[in-house]
This record gives sequence, C-alpha cells and structure tokens, in this order.
Amino acid sequence: MFKKFISKSRAKSPWIMHFDGGSCNGCDIEVLACLTPLYDVERFGIVNVGNPKHADVLLVTGTINHRNAKVLRNIYDQMPDPKGVIAIGACGLSGGIFRECYNVLGGVDKVIPVDVYVPGCPAKPEAIIDGVVAALGKFEGLKG
Amino acid sequence: MKTLILIILGIVVAPFLGGLIAGLDRKITARFQSRFGPPIVQPFFDVAKLFGKVKVVNNFWQVFCAWIYVIAAALSVGLFFAQSDLLLIFFVQAIGAVFLVMGALSTPSPYSQVGAQRELIQILTYEPLIILVFVSIYLVTGSFRIDEILQYSQPLMHKLPLMFIVLGYALTIKLRKSPFDFSTSHHAHQELVKGVLTEFSGPYLGLIEIAHWYETILILGICALFWHTSFIGMVILLVTTYLAEILIDNTMARMTWRWMLGYVWSIGLAMSFVNLIWLYAG
Repeated sequence: MFKKFISKSRAKSPWIMHFDGGSCNGCDIEVLACLTPLYDVERFGIVNVGNPKHADVLLVTGTINHRNAKVLRNIYDQMPDPKGVIAIGACGLSGGIFRECYNVLGGVDKVIPVDVYVPGCPAKPEAIIDGVVAALGKFEGLKG
Repeated sequence: MKTLILIILGIVVAPFLGGLIAGLDRKITARFQSRFGPPIVQPFFDVAKLFGKVKVVNNFWQVFCAWIYVIAAALSVGLFFAQSDLLLIFFVQAIGAVFLVMGALSTPSPYSQVGAQRELIQILTYEPLIILVFVSIYLVTGSFRIDEILQYSQPLMHKLPLMFIVLGYALTIKLRKSPFDFSTSHHAHQELVKGVLTEFSGPYLGLIEIAHWYETILILGICALFWHTSFIGMVILLVTTYLAEILIDNTMARMTWRWMLGYVWSIGLAMSFVNLIWLYAG
C-alpha cells in the first residue's frame, strides 16, 4: 500500500529544474510563464527548484554546445533517480537553426537521454505543461 | 499508562497535523497571489515521493544527522503531549536544531556551509527568546511542568501578552518564514539555493520535512499554552497566529542576519523586560 502511494505521489509532485543551454531566452520565458498565476503549475504540485539534488524533471532549453555539455551532464548526474528529461524548443530538440554551427553538438539527446521532446520556437507554455505530464507517465510505470 | 498513550498519540498525530498545516499554508499563499494552489495534501505527496527516490549520500554524518533531527523533533513533541517539563522539551528541540546544522556542515558544498552558518545565527536569535518565554511562564504559574501550567486558573495571555509576540518571532524563525528565512527558503531559488537543505536529498530530505512538521506543531503547542482555559479560545488564538505568519511571509522581503539579530534581540528583549516589570509592578 505504501509503495502504491509512493508511485502515485511521483506523478503528483514532480519538482522541475530548468537548465538553459544556449537559448535565445524565448523558451526560458515560456518556461517561467508556466509558473505565473496564469498557468500556475503549482496546482499540479510542480515546484521549480534550483537544486538538481531535489529535482525530478530536468527541463533543457537551447542548443547544446561543447562548453555546456559538461555542465548539463554534471547536473543530470546529480539528480537522484527516478528522473526525467524534457528537451524544449527547436534548439533543444535538434539544435534548430544553429545545428550547422561549428560549436553546436545538436540536441539535448546528444549528451543525456531525453524522455519527452516539446517542439516549438518558442514552445508554448501549454505544450511545456503537456510535456511534463507526458514525462510523468514514465514515473507512473515505476514500482515504488 | 495515560502518559504513554499521550506520547504515542503525539508522535503519530503531530506529523499529520503539521503536514496539513503546511498544505493549508501553501494553499492560502497561492490564494494571496491569485493562484489556485496545490491540494492541501500536497506536502504528503512530496514527502512520499522523496521517500521513493534513490538515496544519494555524501557521507555517513548526513544520514545520522537527519535521523537525529527527526528523532529529537518527534521526542520533543512526544514530551509536550506527555505534559512534561518545558525546559526538557527546549533542550531536546535544541539538540535537533544543532544536528541539522552539523549535517549541513559535514559536506564541503559552499551553499550548504553558508546555509549552516546562517542557521546557527537563527538558532542564536530565537533560543534566548524561547528561554525567556519559558521563564516568564514559570514566573506566572510557578512551574515549568506543562500539567501544572494547565492547572493555572486564567489564560496566560492576560499576564504575558508581550511574551506571546516574542514567541511569535521565534515561531516565524522556526517556520523559516520571511523576513527571517535566510538560512533556507521555501523554493530553492535564492542566492543560497536551499541553504542548509542543499545537500540533503531523497529520503533524508523527506525526514527533515517530517521533522519540520513536528517542530511546527511544537511551537504552535507552546502558543496554545497561552490560552489553555478554553478550547475555543485556544483554536482562535492558533488560527489567528498562523494566519498572521502567512500574511507576514507574503508581505515581507528577506532581511540580512545583522538586521535579524539586532531587531529580534532588541525588540524581543525589550518586550520581555517590559512584560516582566509589568508582571511585578501590576
């Protein structure tokens, strides 16, 4: 019974952490818009934490390049399991219009495993919330 | 036998009450910000989720300190429900608070270190005030024992109104509310990330959260002593106090530790002395 409650709680309380790769700030503003009273993701128990050790879901915006790949990897490794990764925006998915640049590796999945891809340039807040909900599907399948 | 039942009741019921109060707190805060807010049982989901996470531990001390913190908090609430000695409760509670700081100090993380130093200053700020509150309760009732305090014929509030405000300062610091939340904050977004709690994760963060609920109940219980004569009076007093805490939390910005120490000690000590002089002159 306790294990069932834990696995239910995972879906009820995803704490997100936001990592900005080389974003133009468009997707970042949309991520922050989710936290405003208009969308108010806290009603789903989503809290934006700034500490990878407390986070369950990592939101990554922007391109991943040779510089920030190490940082992203480090943050991902500090998050305790079970964890999910969501790539947001065209740049997070594939590198977007910057994919041919000499310094850009490409999408987030070149460095860490990604669970959900949220397209858009920038991605809409509704789409980001939808992406977090889709990532929760991964948690629900886990046994406590 | 009755004492034992009361202790068990206190240890089992207190975290549930504390969690519900934390949930109500978040809901009311959300309404203040014209949001809908999470469900009232949200803190229980959070803690259950934390217990389901993988244990990531820096060193053994962290685990030990998290456990001592929760045990000390539970013990102090148990002693309170058993109507034991206020001074004993105070010392047990202080041990828990110090072990939280030691757990944070045991890791080399700068956020954790600075948070621990700030938490120490917070402890330094509120502990003398709590002691003064207990001493003034003793001066009125002639006893530190809660069962004897409860025998007192009129509410302590009539004799110690200023001491209640002083206890309110301690409550605000203990609940980690603005403007005194500078060792840790509700969301890990400040210059300190999450202060003392930065390096605690997973089940150990859950333990600390439960200990925090215990401490909320303990301090609210001490507040309740100020109107022990009628149950309704006690409930009204606690609800008003906690609503005032939430209001202060939402309207105040965080201050520096110098401001906190100077302000809380000067105002707190001044109010204590005025109240004690008034107690003797009146």
